Amino acid sequence: MARVEIKIGGFGGQGVILSGYIVGRAASIYDNKHSTMIQAFGPEARGSACSAQVIVSAEPIAYPYIVSPEIMIVMSQEAYTKFTPELASGGVLITEEELVQPHNLRKDVKHFSIPATRFAEELGKKLVVNIVMMGFLTAVTNVVGKKAMGQAVLASVPKGTEELNVKAFEKGYEYGVEVMAGGVPA
Amino acid sequence: MAEELFEIEESVPVNTVESFLRMERMPHIWCPGCGIGTTVNCFAHALETSGLDLQKVSVVSGIGCTGRVAGYINLDSFHTTHGRAIPFATGLKLANPELKVIVYSGDGDLTAIGGNHFIHAARRNVDMTVILINNFTYGMTGGQVAPTTPLSATASTTPYGNYEQSFNLPYLAESCGAVYVARWTAFHVRHLTKAIKEALAKKGFSFVEVLAPCPTLYSRRNKIGDGLDQMIYYKDNSEIRNGADTKTIPLEFQGKIVVGKFVDKERPTYLDAMNEFYQQKLGEDYIPYKG
Amino acid sequence: MKADPKGVLTGSHFLDGDHSCSEGAIAAGCRFVAGYPITPSTEVVERIASRFPYVGGMFIQMEDEIASSIAIQGAVWGGKKAMTVTSGPGFSLMMEHIGLAAMTETPCVFVDVQRAGPSTGLPTQPAQGDMMQARWGSHGDYGIIALSPNSPQECFDLTIKAFNLSEQYRVPVMFMMDECVGHMTERVVIPPADQIEIVPRKFYEGPKADYLPYKTNGDLVPMMVKAGDGYNIHVTGLTHDERGYPSMTVPTQEKLIPRLVNKIKHNAPKIVEYVEDQVDGAEVVVVTFGITSRTSIPAIEQARKEGMKVGHLRLVVVWPFPEERIRELASRVRAFVVPELNLGQMVLEVERCVAGKARVELVGHPGGTVHNPKDIYNVIKKSAKG
Repeated sequence: MARVEIKIGGFGGQGVILSGYIVGRAASIYDNKHSTMIQAFGPEARGSACSAQVIVSAEPIAYPYIVSPEIMIVMSQEAYTKFTPELASGGVLITEEELVQPHNLRKDVKHFSIPATRFAEELGKKLVVNIVMMGFLTAVTNVVGKKAMGQAVLASVPKGTEELNVKAFEKGYEYGVEVMAGGVPA
Repeated sequence: MAEELFEIEESVPVNTVESFLRMERMPHIWCPGCGIGTTVNCFAHALETSGLDLQKVSVVSGIGCTGRVAGYINLDSFHTTHGRAIPFATGLKLANPELKVIVYSGDGDLTAIGGNHFIHAARRNVDMTVILINNFTYGMTGGQVAPTTPLSATASTTPYGNYEQSFNLPYLAESCGAVYVARWTAFHVRHLTKAIKEALAKKGFSFVEVLAPCPTLYSRRNKIGDGLDQMIYYKDNSEIRNGADTKTIPLEFQGKIVVGKFVDKERPTYLDAMNEFYQQKLGEDYIPYKG
Repeated sequence: MKADPKGVLTGSHFLDGDHSCSEGAIAAGCRFVAGYPITPSTEVVERIASRFPYVGGMFIQMEDEIASSIAIQGAVWGGKKAMTVTSGPGFSLMMEHIGLAAMTETPCVFVDVQRAGPSTGLPTQPAQGDMMQARWGSHGDYGIIALSPNSPQECFDLTIKAFNLSEQYRVPVMFMMDECVGHMTERVVIPPADQIEIVPRKFYEGPKADYLPYKTNGDLVPMMVKAGDGYNIHVTGLTHDERGYPSMTVPTQEKLIPRLVNKIKHNAPKIVEYVEDQVDGAEVVVVTFGITSRTSIPAIEQARKEGMKVGHLRLVVVWPFPEERIRELASRVRAFVVPELNLGQMVLEVERCVAGKARVELVGHPGGTVHNPKDIYNVIKKSAKG
């Protein structure tokens, strides 16, 4: 597997950094691959733009920053505007359906969207939005295997919240499978 | 007062102090009439009767005339950098809480360049005794103005007199949380010995300010005589007022000196507070820190 | 000696460099850390603060970096292995105490997670601008050791090495991370404790009356005792004799200071560590350290693809500098290319050792981000053409 670059963007409090951490952990600890994650966040702890960059590769990773991401998850309008021009041609763009209006959507990318926040709220906790996203990402890309992602989610969420997070992950994953099967207009 | 001096000479044979000194390093560097040596004498007597295991006593000094004390004391002794005796002592004490750690340094060292460390060690109540020799000036560098130089006194860097407000050190120490605060002078050898002994016995941040003459650079420049004249000034102008409100005892140039023990209270030390807090918070998983 | 299993989190972890450094310190036996918050190093002490209560360690957040850098030295004389952690502005404040540690031969570790400077600079962005400061920052002559990790895994492995070297040579060791390595998260494999080699402090064990704190036997490194052992030691930053007593004379200075320099200089062949890749037969050798070693790889690979003979020499130990190896290569290669996240620091060492026998090209960068590998490639290409 060649080097795959992933960028996750949103605002603080959405679990953007943890998402990047889970992808990297899944790849490097549970999926026998190499992964490097770099985080960037604004000076404020909440509400400001933040992003995680993750590289997943079968080979050791030399250059640690992403250059042209093939996969991008955006969970805020600001992140959409700021980051989508960086997405590689032919790349996968995943947006949070109710938080992001895909204005001037690039024609050279594959676009998927998911109402992850709503799903999370339906599950009882808005906080698990990022885990719903992780399930969805797993279903619509093959960057990391489902088993590895599931393990990484379990290992990374706070003790006592495992059940909720597994549900969130499964919800996102199922929705992704449905979207891929053409059951939901993307 | 003079009788007190006489008494202490009589009751303790003079040469017992020698075992506390690195005699191979004598003569010391202090000027004739300097008060630092007198305070070291009191310190040695205090140690002698303290009941402390002297193998477990460490003396830490900064830089300056008083900073040289560590070099003459025949105990584990550390002559650190200018102003940083207290943070060094903090590390030493916390690394091995069995040690009795004494910081012995001057007013410039501990309250100017080292002022930040002084207030924080008092605030944390790190278990150490700080003996501060206040000679109102920087002796080793030639008599510059210090945070303790009284208003109007001259120094080499305030050649026309000092216009800066000086510290009232007992008030500073108490405000920051010291559990034992006393002030004496190099004249009050018996009181000072007793105060040091009490401070050594105290758990927590104990502080003893000692006024001492600097005949070469402070007294001469200010035309107030030599070391002996300063001792007479201390004798004539000191008022013992134990328990005085530290707010009310600032020093003025050749003014009245309120001496005594001002603060003697209990408060958990840094280490005890940490261990107790973690034991409550973390329960059995916590390994109480013993060094 | 092997690591204390109590502190070792054996297993595979996904850790950032800062956290990995903390784990390395704990595995190395460090049980005293004093620090002051400063980006991008703070995560190191945060992890220490959360881990130490469970391993019997003492963490104290001091009032500033000056205090931190001397509290650790008090702790070392109290018997602990100790470190402090900071970044540029704090590192600048610590300089006097690096000198104190060198002068009093106090083994301890200074971690500097480098950010772009000077002054407040770019607190959240990487640089490698403190490399010369690490070597020369305190006044006077002395020797130190500095290491430069390029990954979270190395932040673990080399932190242990930093502690071991500090004990072996009784010197302060500078652990020169940077923001990129510190905040980069990767797999870190922590081996079982019985596979981690620890150098214990060399304590004197002979008759008390014979002990001279600063007397050495052949290896230029004196044996230590600690406070409370009954030796009545005196430790001073003043020039001192073998007893540790101040002796402010030229003969004492002439005896002590060269030894402080020579214990590193003469042992340099044992201390230096570098990793070479296709250096033999190379026409251009790229000399890197820390994160620059990774950003150079795409450039080197591209140049090799185009037929250029490019070697890569990565400094793991930065100070002492591998003088002999660079001198040796200087007579054989056409050029050295030195990319660094500063405007020319380690390149001066390369130039010194090359002494005009080959070209030396700096690929400087003021920091804030890492090099674009293209910039390194362009200089390699230019150098290969001669």
